[in-house]
Amino acid sequence: MKNRSLVSIDDLSKEEIFKILDLAEGFEKNPNQRILDGKVVATLFYEPSTRTRLSFESAVNRLGGRVIGFSEASSSSVSKGESLKDTIMTVANYSDLIVMRHPIEGSARYASEVSNVPIINAGDGANQHPTQTLLDLFSIRKTQGKLDNLKIVMVGDLKYGRTVHSLLMAMSQFNASFTFISPKELQMPSEYKMYLDKVGLKYKETTDLAENIKDADIIYMTRVQRERFSDPLEYEKVKNVYVLRNSMLEGTKPNMRVLHPLPRVNEIHTDVDDNPQAYYFPQALNGVFTRMAIMALILGLK
Amino acid sequence: MKDIKQLSVSAIQNGTVIDHIPAQNLFKVITILGLDKIGSQITFGTNLESKRMGKKAIIKIADKYFEKDEINRIAMVAPLAKLNIIKDYNVVDKMLVEVPEEIGGIVKCMNPKCITNNEKVNTRFKVVDKKNVSLKCHYCEKITDQEHMEYL
Repeated sequence: MKNRSLVSIDDLSKEEIFKILDLAEGFEKNPNQRILDGKVVATLFYEPSTRTRLSFESAVNRLGGRVIGFSEASSSSVSKGESLKDTIMTVANYSDLIVMRHPIEGSARYASEVSNVPIINAGDGANQHPTQTLLDLFSIRKTQGKLDNLKIVMVGDLKYGRTVHSLLMAMSQFNASFTFISPKELQMPSEYKMYLDKVGLKYKETTDLAENIKDADIIYMTRVQRERFSDPLEYEKVKNVYVLRNSMLEGTKPNMRVLHPLPRVNEIHTDVDDNPQAYYFPQALNGVFTRMAIMALILGLK
Repeated sequence: MKDIKQLSVSAIQNGTVIDHIPAQNLFKVITILGLDKIGSQITFGTNLESKRMGKKAIIKIADKYFEKDEINRIAMVAPLAKLNIIKDYNVVDKMLVEVPEEIGGIVKCMNPKCITNNEKVNTRFKVVDKKNVSLKCHYCEKITDQEHMEYL
């Protein structure tokens, strides 16, 4: 992976995914290794994403590296009309690695083609966010002890949710079976269901949350956003339906864990937080270890 | 009278004849192959009767032969096109158009949020379905299908 950009989860082979997860485990045991000493990582966030940015910056700082960058486009030369190409070519002169979040889809692939330092895609519009997928895989493997033959229940906005699409594609390599729980308006796009049919993996599609989580190994919750609905009345009807409450977790498998890419609004009731099956905050911590591993491999330091 | 009729698109001594182009896509074919920028003698006919496709167009290009890759670029707009390679007034070879594995330029990505529609970036696609011609964008990874295909 040395000097290679990470744009899409599809760029990684199964072996490379394992390599990242194994290395992330090493960082979990010993997070303070100053292997990035003398390195400069640029974090270019064209749209705000506090969590992802801080997670990357925390990872760089703990490994002894330095961070430069901006956290919104208005405070950069973009507001003066500079093209993405020019920004990337310039910042590539100042840094050893560029982490980029950009609202335009395909921007990270393009950046990786014009940059002479590697690019890590930290989200390009609705397209890809591979480090999120890798930290989800890390969290699943850590809590389940394996990635193979798991039952994954995905809940909420399955239509626009970039994280669930990437996770589905990644987990389909490990013989997972899926349950998709969402309002009708936000169902899993047919291209993904067709893909599962093609590779012969089982899935179930339903609108009912409470009845369909008992056999889950992982419940992956996502936010249902008001702006996704063409009819505001439809949103009002479903906004409180896809809320996970502690009482619903009764009778679920003891190994089951609840994941969420965060930020959460109300889709996981706060009464779940104290349940040992809630895993979304440790999941966020795993993001730091996973990103350490990705950066160390790309910079050729591990 | 019959002879005069045939002269309307005259025969060529050496070169290529592209037949069975959908009449409405004639000028797209000309643009894609860059025929508007070459020095050869070119004659074309359009809105010609065709049993198979209604109205067809035909292009005759003197002293010009195409590489397979080059000609496959017109697969999006003229999938049924047939090429006759002419040497000394005789057809010495025939070629059919094949849909390529990858195409660059030519087609616009249908995703308005794609980088290719927002910055000066050439489009690039992987052909994921050759039969119904559906293209996956190299950048935004979204599918552009035949129904939504727009040409650059």
